[in-house]
Amino acid sequence: MDQFRLFPPEASTSAQQIDWIYFALVALTVLICVIVFVPIIFFSIKYRRGSKADRSNPRVESVFIESGWTIVPLLIFIGLFSWGAVVYFHVENPPRDALQVQVIGKQWMWRLQHAEGKQEINELHVPVDRPVELTMTSQDVIHSFFVPAFRLHQDVVPGKYTHEWFRATRPGEYHIFCSQYCGTQHSAMIGRVVVMEPLDYERWLNTGRPMESIALAGERLFRERGCSGCHSVNSKFHAPLLEGTWGKPVPLESGEMVTVDERYVRDSILLPGKEISKGYQNIMPSFAGTLSEEEIMQLIAYIKSIGNQTSPSESAPNASR
Amino acid sequence: MKTAIEIDIQTEGEMPREHYLNVKTGVKAWLLTMDHKRIGILYLWTILVFFLIASVAAAMMRIELLTPQGDFVTNETYNKLFTIHGVLMVWFFLIPSIPTVLGNFAIPMMIGARDVAFPKLNLLSWYIFVAGGALTLWAIIHGGVDTGWTFYTPYSTTYANSHVITMAAGVFVAGFSSIITGMNFMATIHKMRAAGLTWFRLPLFIWSMYATSVILVLATPVLAITLAVMCVERIWGVGIFDPKLGGDPILFQHMFWFYSHPAVYIMILPGMGVVSELITCFSRKQIFGYGFVAAASMAIAVLGFLVWGHHMFVSSQSVYAGMVFSILSFLVAIPSAIKVFNWTATLHKGSIHFATPMLYALGFIGLFTIGGMTGLFLATLAVDVHVHDSYFVIAHFHYIMVGGMVMAFMGGLHYWWPKITGRLYPEMAGKLAALTTFLGFNLTFFPQFILGYLGMPRRYHAYPPEFQMFNVLSTAGASILGIGYLLPLIYFLWSLKFGRVAGPNPWRATGLEWQTPSPPPKHNFEDKTPIVTEKPYSYSAKEDADLNLASI
Repeated sequence: MDQFRLFPPEASTSAQQIDWIYFALVALTVLICVIVFVPIIFFSIKYRRGSKADRSNPRVESVFIESGWTIVPLLIFIGLFSWGAVVYFHVENPPRDALQVQVIGKQWMWRLQHAEGKQEINELHVPVDRPVELTMTSQDVIHSFFVPAFRLHQDVVPGKYTHEWFRATRPGEYHIFCSQYCGTQHSAMIGRVVVMEPLDYERWLNTGRPMESIALAGERLFRERGCSGCHSVNSKFHAPLLEGTWGKPVPLESGEMVTVDERYVRDSILLPGKEISKGYQNIMPSFAGTLSEEEIMQLIAYIKSIGNQTSPSESAPNASR
Repeated sequence: MKTAIEIDIQTEGEMPREHYLNVKTGVKAWLLTMDHKRIGILYLWTILVFFLIASVAAAMMRIELLTPQGDFVTNETYNKLFTIHGVLMVWFFLIPSIPTVLGNFAIPMMIGARDVAFPKLNLLSWYIFVAGGALTLWAIIHGGVDTGWTFYTPYSTTYANSHVITMAAGVFVAGFSSIITGMNFMATIHKMRAAGLTWFRLPLFIWSMYATSVILVLATPVLAITLAVMCVERIWGVGIFDPKLGGDPILFQHMFWFYSHPAVYIMILPGMGVVSELITCFSRKQIFGYGFVAAASMAIAVLGFLVWGHHMFVSSQSVYAGMVFSILSFLVAIPSAIKVFNWTATLHKGSIHFATPMLYALGFIGLFTIGGMTGLFLATLAVDVHVHDSYFVIAHFHYIMVGGMVMAFMGGLHYWWPKITGRLYPEMAGKLAALTTFLGFNLTFFPQFILGYLGMPRRYHAYPPEFQMFNVLSTAGASILGIGYLLPLIYFLWSLKFGRVAGPNPWRATGLEWQTPSPPPKHNFEDKTPIVTEKPYSYSAKEDADLNLASI
């Protein structure tokens, strides 16, 4: 049965939206083929060499006809572009209440970790009917996390975070492919998504050894790696406090403003001298090479988790604005 | 069975006439020739070699993909095969094909010139091309490269263990041949036109070659820079693309596609030019909307530079940049659509001869239409999210490049073959080959659209078993396609000795190149270059039809 499929299973909300555009495009293609091929076949027969068809007064130009077949496709194209752009905007912007999963691609496997701490390799378990957001990066080359059944596709790029999200609609198992060529075993960098009923998912999440959530692991790292030695109220070093900063703009020494997000925190850990907060010295050492991608993600999750706390710095002297 | 070629065949006379092929023979005469016609033939043999090697690589890939398991070659070999196939087909076959073979041969004659503007540079371009090809072949023989033809970073700069530098150097060197050829054609078309041959009396093949030359000259240097910078990072570890060294891998994609998307139009515009010549000649009619078809070529050349970002909709490029590139990609489809509609309208009230070149031209329109329409799927942001890097993309660009460009190249080669060699190819065999190619092509690549939408990623050595049926169809099609390409190889060679003598104008075509004997004399026209007094394509379908009725 599987061999005679023409479409992959539709297992996410965006799958349906994308398939509708696809069907519209298929219909348009068939229509254009009819508009072009039927006259070609008709003329080929009627005006074949030696036929007695009337060939007097052939037209060789017509601004009216040319304008027609320029403007009509243009209008159709603007419509298609808009439809595609609206759905694209939707699939590129995750909802705020999405479950968080972190994905790290490396030659040639996927390592995934749920916000609650559960880890997986080449498998992703998710509950049905809940939005799930993947935050992804690569340890080496560019990969791409592709789930055909969800019409979900995003490159996984080293040195930066990319996101994709889905809301699964049907329990079942679906392929994960790496679709960006990544070396010798590219075609073996595959896995599966398991979509489960919510109760089954809860049960799955709570089996195995007790877990430390990603943010808690980040907090532990924050202490163990000495971050808290400087980034705290009691520190004798002059370092910015991180509570309450997530998602907010901060001024830089260069006079620019930057929003505290994954990119800024990541760069500040690996390249501390790149964007220095206003009023501070570049005294922080780089952690490049000493922290793994997972650990950087954990630290980011921790800083994000304290993003809603009021910053103790507001009462402290020399605080950054 | 009547063919299109029973018209005024002129016998050669008693004395063998002197022409460009017999004026001076021997290896040295050929290797030092500055005759654009001979250089065209040198290019023809050269790209044939690369085409055959790249086809063998394709055949091995199709055999591997017969079964879901990777059991015919290892994954490492498979990755090298698709790299060889891509690099050779793109840079050593498709890009040079029509410009350097048919363009070199026909452009000076079509504009009534004795040669191109810079004959020595023309020969130099061939030597540079051969040098680039030799470097690439060296890299292939000494173990190959496994980056894919796109050389994406940081894989190519830091992780790939193969002859990336040599392969890139080969492409880099060959690029200069493109630049010189483009420049030469532009100078030739500007300065060497016959008396009375104004811009709007130029054949459409010349317009499309002019547009192609503009892209060759403007885009190819960007490829050279991109590959050079990639080598700098790979050799000296200067951080440009690899984030571990402080670089940005997406920057490479911007630079690469800034060249490689216009390169798609380098590959298709010449084909469109050939098809305009064929459709008019074999429907005995002036082209419908000459000005629009010519302007469409220039519009494609300009807009083609502004759409590179549609290769990067899921690469982490900004959503808003994606939207701009999406609408621009829709816009670039409009001039292509205009051309298709105008070709179709040209058939109306024509007197249509189904000679081999016409079959290829009609095949081109069909396949190019499907290729172009599926391009819209990829320009549509949300749909591209799903089919990006899947077999859908593979099928789409093969419809454009093989279904479009190679069909047009074969059509043009059949059309100008009597002029090149003075002999006619066997017409029935030609028709058979055209039909075989058309059917084999569709069977090979249509199933790949379905595979792509099902989710089969490109560059996969092994795949889940549910994709097998369409892969088997595709491989079956490829073997038919192979026959379609082998047939002309055989009968073209056969025709060199046994083909009927063609005479100066077997197609009763109107272009200047048909006003000189076949094969043409060394300097194209026997005494004086022609003077042009009217628009191109002054065919009359009515006269042709009356003539045919009278002869029955």
